[in-house]
Amino acid sequence: MQLARVVGTVVATQKHRTFEGAKLLLVQPLTLDDRPRGTALLAVDALGAGVHEKVLIVLEGRAAGDALGRRLAPVDAAVVGIVDRVDLVEA
Amino acid sequence: MILARVVGTVVATRKDPRLVSNKLLVARTMDPHGKADGSYLVAVDTVDAGVGETVLIVSGSSARMAAGMKDCPVDAAIVGIVDAVEVAAGD
Amino acid sequence: MQLAKVLGDVVITRKDENLVGLKLLVVQPLAADGSHVGRALVAVDAAGAGVGETVFFVRGKEASFPWYPTEVPADAGIVGIVDHWDLG
Repeated sequence: MQLARVVGTVVATQKHRTFEGAKLLLVQPLTLDDRPRGTALLAVDALGAGVHEKVLIVLEGRAAGDALGRRLAPVDAAVVGIVDRVDLVEA
Repeated sequence: MILARVVGTVVATRKDPRLVSNKLLVARTMDPHGKADGSYLVAVDTVDAGVGETVLIVSGSSARMAAGMKDCPVDAAIVGIVDAVEVAAGD
Repeated sequence: MQLAKVLGDVVITRKDENLVGLKLLVVQPLAADGSHVGRALVAVDAAGAGVGETVFFVRGKEASFPWYPTEVPADAGIVGIVDHWDLG
């Protein structure tokens, strides 16, 4: 799993039926010191995360489908937690 | 599977209900010589690992084969606490 | 998943039998600001996308799920057409 910041929302009317009703967020993966890491990607969200929030994302298909509650959904990333705090002993 | 050192914890009050009873740890991936390679991941803990320990992490769909993780939306799980890594000279 | 722009389509006559009838499109991944990022790749289309459209695609074996239980040998698949995206 990775830490990421929600940076936007995506609206798509025409999509695979397993996405119906699912919220799509644009999330930017972060390093441990909160800098952007790689390219922003799309993740489904079943928790109600909002823009600017720090989230925990899962980056594997079956796990993302489980998060969405839909087996065999063609998804590869999902928000599984909204991060309150990360405690580090060394940066 | 990869070797990593646990460097912190993630606190997330709102998260997928299947993750409620699990500890989420921040781990820095490392080479067999114990040197951090600059990357990190968040993994669910299934062996009661603690900060500072060297651990074995299974990632991808196999993470759900870790104890208690069946059908949980995770893509990385700590499945062992490493006592020592022995590397042949020259490798 | 990632945002991408559909750059073109791929016409292949001889192909795996489980790809027959499927549309193959060339997609260029996009960053959040719409700029091109990384290499273009070929994706199967499960959303009815066309050239010039902005889409989102899934990587990995999940790309084949829209055709389950047929085992489509694809590692990237377009699963939605993006109307717009908003940055906070």
